[in-house]
This record gives sequence, structure tokens and C-alpha cells, in this order.
Amino acid sequence: MSTRRLAPDAVQPQSFAFTSENQAFAEATIAKYPAGRQASAVIPLLFRAQEQEGWLPRAAIEHVAVMLDMPVIRALEVATFYFMFKLAPVGTAAHVEVCGTTPCMLCGSEAIIAVCKNMISPAAHTVSADGKFSWEEVECLGACSNAPMVQIGKDYYEDLTPESFAQLLEAFGRGEHPRPGPQNQRFASEPLGGATSLRDAALAEPVNASIALAEAEPRR
Amino acid sequence: MLADSDRIFQNLYGMRDRSLAGARARGCWDGTAEIIARGQDAIVEEVKASGLRGRGGAGFPTGLKWSFMPKEVKDRPHYLVVNADESEPGTCKDREIMRHDPHTLIEGCLIASFAMRANACYIYLRGEYVREKEALQVAIDECYDAGLLGKNAADSGWDFDLYLHHGAGAYICGEETALIESLEGKKGMPRLKPPFPAGVGLYGCPSTVNNVESIAVAPTILRRGAEWFKGFGRDNNAGTKIFAISGHVERPCVVEEAMSITLRELLDAHCGGVRGGWDNLKAVIPGGSSVPLLPKDLCDDAIMDFDWLRDQKSGLGTAAVIVMDQSTDVIKAIWRLSKFYKHESCGQCTPCREGTGWMMRVMDRLVTGDAEPEEIDMLLDVTKQVEGHTICALGDAAAWPIQGLIRHFRNEIEDRIKAKRTGKVSAIAAE
Repeated sequence: MSTRRLAPDAVQPQSFAFTSENQAFAEATIAKYPAGRQASAVIPLLFRAQEQEGWLPRAAIEHVAVMLDMPVIRALEVATFYFMFKLAPVGTAAHVEVCGTTPCMLCGSEAIIAVCKNMISPAAHTVSADGKFSWEEVECLGACSNAPMVQIGKDYYEDLTPESFAQLLEAFGRGEHPRPGPQNQRFASEPLGGATSLRDAALAEPVNASIALAEAEPRR
Repeated sequence: MLADSDRIFQNLYGMRDRSLAGARARGCWDGTAEIIARGQDAIVEEVKASGLRGRGGAGFPTGLKWSFMPKEVKDRPHYLVVNADESEPGTCKDREIMRHDPHTLIEGCLIASFAMRANACYIYLRGEYVREKEALQVAIDECYDAGLLGKNAADSGWDFDLYLHHGAGAYICGEETALIESLEGKKGMPRLKPPFPAGVGLYGCPSTVNNVESIAVAPTILRRGAEWFKGFGRDNNAGTKIFAISGHVERPCVVEEAMSITLRELLDAHCGGVRGGWDNLKAVIPGGSSVPLLPKDLCDDAIMDFDWLRDQKSGLGTAAVIVMDQSTDVIKAIWRLSKFYKHESCGQCTPCREGTGWMMRVMDRLVTGDAEPEEIDMLLDVTKQVEGHTICALGDAAAWPIQGLIRHFRNEIEDRIKAKRTGKVSAIAAE
């Protein structure tokens, strides 16, 4: 268990409202669940609020609770229970979530964390001096055969070295959105250098699904 | 090595056409309506006969689980819930199914839901899998457009809706009742069983929670027959299985292989072997973080299936193989898992909430050697106090890796404590 608290009042905005696009998403999401079970939508809605704001302010939690006809305390419980909800502001260019669990640790995640400490800030959950970056160590992100790896926003950056990771951070600092996925020429999770199975088929897709979806997404 | 023609996941790496047309060319959605026309009982019997055991870790027979659902729909609808909250450290197999071969899963959802008389299914993905969720949604949208989902899905006469739902970063939601709680919009805290989900599950309705891989292999089993599937693996360990290999091998990967393959063949054929050669191996965690590790001497003959690994007091779990070579500080490797379980305990049961923190703090000291030798047995005793005394298996999962460490590497722990006290580093204590 970890204790997670809301950010101090000084940084909390006074109000929150979904954009019209996100309001439509919220309504479509609520419709996925049976009548009277709209509380099921709480995680997707809080998550969309976080994507909109960059982090999850108290006003957004309260707004979602009202939308779903839930007591505010139930929404607060959810927001503080689930680790992906960022209860305080994070870096504007990139919030780096470094997987530090054993499979990544065996493959060098400590060196990745050292780069974060060096280039972003010595302590996790602290926004860098220029406001652009923050980082934290997270638990297993489920890409263990492509270790070590980090998540930045929606994307996984895999098969990292301290050097390739530092280059990624520099690219984010320049406002770029570097190509996610394996950073060592692998296609996906096949063995480096070529698959040992399913080899006879011609390569029909230029990149793996995660990269294709990232590149198809319009950038803000 | 398993022949490519016997691999269920023909697009595991996503290199082939990922669209519905591509999936159909590989055999997905072929004769789905005919499979459904066989009727519920025949489908459940075939899956039972195939010997398929759940791919999410516990290895419970999938067909048997399906048969627990009520035979008639009464006042409450039935639900299938697919557990795609893949969070067990080392495990990254379902991710490949969802982003690269999603039609295997979607077709499986339809067939399994029909078999359990459910007209709706929710797939619960871990929140971090954003691109996987998007890839799966693209595939679901294609299926709706093609009439494979929705009213009279795939011309089967069965109405079926499939919804994606996601979590937000809580390992505990991989436990089936915690997943249901989370899907209902609450904190992911496991429920006491009984009642079991087949009686009272999602929204108080009969529900079955299955792992992604268990559902995704079902259509192929039903097309090719139970006997084909049973042809792989030893008795009671049937089928093909996706293995995810991470850690100190030359080329880590995710690969589908026959069950009961030897560990050595798995690593040599697909991963280029252990880094620095087989003799450089120190230990392997064969089934994800929850199962006790195997030291090198047990690895030499290891057979990757449920029963062989259980006999070694370990387990196949999710078939996530974490390889550690001689350079590994094995105490630290297990300490990191203790930290994981401490972080992920939901806090509901006292033995787990307090015990995971307690165990981690003792492990902190064992890593540095700043401990009393008696603390090793005390730690072992605490793991036994946590194990079996909690609502869900997270307490057990936190205890087992430590028990495995003490069982197989007690010397190394003692040497480190000794070295710290005398200021001398013995030959065995690594680093």
C-alpha cells in the first residue's frame, strides 16, 4: 500500500469542465454499462480528465462524481487507490514512468533511473526546473521481453540504453514526439535479429501496432 | 520446436496484416456460426476434453469453469469478463495477442459468451496498455461493421456486445473479484468467496472471468478439435502456450511453444541461450513473480508445465520466464519483488497490508547484510503467517518468492550477513 494524497490547495484549480469532445466521450462511455451502473465509468472518465488537464485536480474528481451520481468520497477513493492517477502536476513535455520491477531491473532499469535523476530531478515526483519533465519509478508495465522500458504518456519506449533514453529526453525537450516502441531495431517482441518462429510470411506491416497507432494520432 | 502450422497465434509479432481481412486469411472467423450451432453443451464439452487449463496463472480447467455458469438465464443476465489486466512481473503475452492478433480474442469472446449464455462481455485491460486498447478497439469496430458482433453476431443467431474497459494501475485488479469490483467503479479490493462469480459476479449477476489467452485459444481448439490441442504437452498439461522470456538471455522474446517443452530447449531455440552460456545460469523464475525461483541444478531438467513445476514447489503461473545469470544479486532480485508486493497490496487484509511491508523491510537488510542470522528464520516464519491468511492470493504471492529464495539460496544470505560482520567478502557472495 502507498499513501496518496491530493495536491495542496494552492495548486488546485477552482473548477473543471470537460471539453465538448471529451464530454461526448464521457457520455458514450457511460452508455457502455447497464442502466443504473454508471459508476462503472469512473476510471475511464477520471482518466480522460487527467489526459485533458495533464494531471487530476480535485475539481475534476468532484465533477466526475457528480456526473456519475456517486458520492464524492467514492470518486476520491478511486482516484487515490489507482496509481496511474497523477494527483499533482507533472512535467509538461514528458512525465517519464520508468519500470523498475525485477525483469527490467535485471536488464538495467537502474541506469535508466540514474539518467532521470541526472537530467530531470534528483527526486521522483518532482517537476524539473524548467517545468518540462518529471519522473517516477513504477511497477511492472508488462513489456518485460523488451526491458528496460519506460512509459511516456500513452507510449512505451522499449529496449532502452542510458544513451538512447537520454536522446529520447532531449527530443521531448525540443518539443518532438520520438517514435515509440523498441529503440534497437526490433519490430516488436520477437528475438532481436529475427524471429525464430512465424518466419515464412512476408512482412506486411511497416511497424508494430503500438507505433502505428502513435503515429496515426494527431499531435496537439 | 512447434511447427508454425500448429501455432494458434499466427500474428504474434504483428508483422502480418493485422486487419480483419488479414485475420480471416489466417483462419480467424472461419465457420464461427457452425461452431455456435453445435450448442452450448457441445462447446463446453469440447473445451473440457481439450484439457485447456486457464492461462492466467492458476491453471484451473477452463471448460470446467465455463460449466459452473447456470444452465438457464433467469432474472439476471450472464456476463463474460476477460481479464486483460496483465500485470504479473515478467508477463507480457496478452499484450501481443491484443495489439497484434486481436481477432483471435474477439472471436473467442463471442464463442465463450455464447457457451455461457452471455450476451455481453467486458474486456478489462490494464490502464497502461493504451495502445493495446486502441488496437483492440479498432478490431472490434471492424467486427461490428462486418456484422461479426452485435445483433445476430456472425450470423450465429446470438446477439452479442463486446465492450472494452480499463483500469488505472493496480496489480490487484488481476484478481478476479477485485477486477469485478473495479469494473463496478470501486477500489479494487477482492471479495470474499463464496459466493463465487458464477453465482454472484459483475453487478450481482452470474459471471465468469477468464484470462485473455484462455479465451483467444478457444476458437482454434473448436475448429481443430480437442484431440489436436491435447497432442501437445504431457498429460494434464495440454496445448500450446505463449511464453514470455525476460532477463539474462541473449535475445529475450515472446513466443508460442508446445507445453512441456524443456526450459533449456525454450531458451536455446528462441532466445539464443543464457547470456554467457548455460553454465552461467544462476536461477530462473519460471512463471512470473509470484512463483518460487528454481536454482540452476533444477533448471537443468526443468519441464515447462503446470505439474512438473508444481512438483518442484514452484509453478508455471503465466509462463513468464525470468532468467538470472551468475552476475545477478539474487537477494536483491527477490527484494525488488517484495517491494512490488508491498506497493500493490490493496490494504484490505491485515496480514498482507502489514506483512508485505514487514517482509520488504527485512529483505532490505538481507540485501545489505545488515541483519541477524536469526532473522532469516523469522522472515520465513512471517511468510507462513501471511500465506493462506488473506482473502486473495496476493499474500501468498508475496510470500512464495521469499520462501523460494531462502530454500535455495540460504547460504548466500548467510554469507552476506557474515561478510558484513567480519568485513570480509567471501567467494560466494556476489558483488
